[in-house]
Amino acid sequence: MASQNRPLSPHLQVYKPQLTSVMSIMHRATGIALAVGTLLLVFWLIAAATGERTFGDIQAFNASLIGKLLLFGWSFALFYHLCNGIRHLFWDAGKGFGLEAAYRNGRLVVVASIALTVLSWVWGYASMGAL
Amino acid sequence: MSLRSPLGKVRGLGSAKEGVIHWWAQRMTAVALIPLLIWFVASIAAMAGADYGAFREWIATPVVSVLLVLMTIAVFHHAQLGLQVVLEDYVHTEWLKIAAIALVKFAAIGLAIASIFSIVKIALG
Repeated sequence: MASQNRPLSPHLQVYKPQLTSVMSIMHRATGIALAVGTLLLVFWLIAAATGERTFGDIQAFNASLIGKLLLFGWSFALFYHLCNGIRHLFWDAGKGFGLEAAYRNGRLVVVASIALTVLSWVWGYASMGAL
Repeated sequence: MSLRSPLGKVRGLGSAKEGVIHWWAQRMTAVALIPLLIWFVASIAAMAGADYGAFREWIATPVVSVLLVLMTIAVFHHAQLGLQVVLEDYVHTEWLKIAAIALVKFAAIGLAIASIFSIVKIALG
């Protein structure tokens, strides 16, 4: 079919990245990353149900450098998707949709998700007695 | 005047009478996940470094077990709804799209059942 070869809109490469568009793509990307991250949550619960040795293995993975990097990435993805998801819910209610408002609440989401990520890791290390 | 597109008429595809169910379910699971995920992350942060026994004891607390099951259902329902939209947007080969969406839904059900079974097993000791 000839229509199969039509160029599809939008052409992302001809646009200058803007806060609003980058944040929109980030919402999808973090959503996909979090869906993959559920695997670790499921393995963790299965390990807890299986026995102390299996649970120890997964905890050792979580404590490793690669494990910590993954958890840090997933924690940011979670807070970002959560905060931006709330922004989306306000939009669904027809609020905060103006150009200025969209930039303002966009910046708020970025700041809030970084702050919440840092806060949760500080809290985590504090409860381990590492601080 | 018909509101159906010419392509829709030719293919004979009418309304599935489902309307906004998918869209609405995505929003409702999102709303449910706001308190559930804040609770979960805060609990995990507060328990960082705890040993096996402490984690099992926490999961086995009735309120915690129920909240974890609720979170599991909301997470996997929300995730498969979202991934379905992503696949519908980017996969344009019909059979591949249908196969990928089916795979995502099977995986979501399997992973959700595995989580719930583990939680219940720990809770009932």
